[in-house]
Amino acid sequence: MTPVISINHLSKRFGTFLALDNIDLNIETGEVVCVIGPSGSGKSTLIRCINLLETFEHPGAVAVDGTPVKKDKNLTRIRENVGMVFQSFNLFPHLTVCQNISLAPMRVRKKTKNEATEHALSLLKQVGIESQADKYPDQLSGGQQQRVAIARALAMEPKVLLFDEPTSSLDPEMVGEVLDVMRQLAKSGVTMVVVTHEMGFAREVADRVAFMDKGKIVEIGTPSDIFDNAQEQRTRNFLSAILAH
Amino acid sequence: MSLVETFFNWEVFVSSFPLLLSGLRVTISLGAVSIVAGLVLGLTIALIRLYGVRPAQLVARLFIDLFRSIPILVLLIVVYYALPFVGLNLSAFMSAALSLTLVSAAYTAEIFRAGIEAVPRGQFEASFALGLNYRQMMWDVILPQAVRIVIPPLTGNCINVIKDTALASVVAMPDLVKQATQAQALEANPTPLIAAAFMYIAILLPLVYLVGQMEKKSRRASAR
Ligand SMILES: Nc1ncnc2c1ncn2[C@@H]1O[C@H](COP(=O)(O)OP(=O)(O)OP(=O)(O)O)[C@@H](O)[C@H]1O
Ligand SMILES: [Mg+2]
Repeated sequence: MTPVISINHLSKRFGTFLALDNIDLNIETGEVVCVIGPSGSGKSTLIRCINLLETFEHPGAVAVDGTPVKKDKNLTRIRENVGMVFQSFNLFPHLTVCQNISLAPMRVRKKTKNEATEHALSLLKQVGIESQADKYPDQLSGGQQQRVAIARALAMEPKVLLFDEPTSSLDPEMVGEVLDVMRQLAKSGVTMVVVTHEMGFAREVADRVAFMDKGKIVEIGTPSDIFDNAQEQRTRNFLSAILAH
Repeated sequence: MSLVETFFNWEVFVSSFPLLLSGLRVTISLGAVSIVAGLVLGLTIALIRLYGVRPAQLVARLFIDLFRSIPILVLLIVVYYALPFVGLNLSAFMSAALSLTLVSAAYTAEIFRAGIEAVPRGQFEASFALGLNYRQMMWDVILPQAVRIVIPPLTGNCINVIKDTALASVVAMPDLVKQATQAQALEANPTPLIAAAFMYIAILLPLVYLVGQMEKKSRRASAR
């Protein structure tokens, strides 16, 4: 079976700074991969290369479902199939919650307004905020906004969901509600790549955990491989620093 | 003669009123045409300036800088008096509308560019991540937000365009200024000029007030 995401020899430079250094990673359908690592290690850059929010250099290659990710006419098709949830939500402030979710299915998938709205409402129910459908994003709490953002990504029925620190800008009391939604998704078999500092979540939900440092995947394995049995000194240092925190 | 009789002469006002009214109509239609055409052209140029291919971007930039640095009066005179030498005869209205539109488009383009650039990058990224194409992103996500940002400066630009229509009187446009000076000569009394001044104020004062309100509101919103 071809992996849903395959990343080969991926390198990325910002000017002369090497943000990603020859990354190889395959992700299978239904897998949940958590990416951890210190600030600046390239976690965001890595997942942003998967839907080409960042360009990358030759001869690096990323493919989604076998289709190479590059700037051509397939790109919007690939992006349709790769959902993304951002640290800062990035909801559309001028649209209601329901419109935020139904916009892309209507424009890109050419669903009718009724179909898209109906689907949006059922997704809102799934993330537990169906009563907020007609509000605007700035009328919601951070946790609610992030759940809307997850519903918006799900509305395109993507093959993969990418999360970039989805709980890092939330007040502590709202982290749980977002992680709960993500846990549900993981259970229902959605393929997910999650950049996170929530080690508890990673340990519990991930199939594999990747530890990144200085643009490289230093170590990757099951949660217990990484959290209990790390082979690399750098991994152990990072984890002990985090746990001491 | 008393001051009132000289500057606020009721009979003169009444008899010159039809002339002033026809001038006002010309001023308003010239202003409206130039504002609308300037908006469309300005938005187009802003989009080219931001997202066009390199050479097109340069042309857009040149256009913007050129028409922001040329005095409208000079442009108007060139269009009306110089273009006929190359066989391009435009009516007074067309010349004035063209000049005002070009200058207004240049300012509008800069306003729109600033507005689009003020929309946070995350909005573009979220749109792309959902698979929207460029046009869909612009129409459904970016421009609706940019428009909110640019309404106060655009209204300010409208005020300038309406003010600048007065320059059209130099190319014999029968606008409000022209008709007022005409009436003043006819009646040998400056009342029509005073009346015209008040008419400009009556149109523009509400707009000026509106811009002030909007700016106050957006200051409050950004202070939040
Ligand atoms: N647009 C950019 N221009 C220049 N340098 C950048 C840019 N984006 C990221 N970088 C640099 O690339 C490196 C990796 O950044 P990245 O955002 O991927 O790190 P991260 O692991 O996600 O960190 P964090 O945990 O802080 O989010 C950082 O050193 C960052 O300064
Ligand atoms: Mg990051």
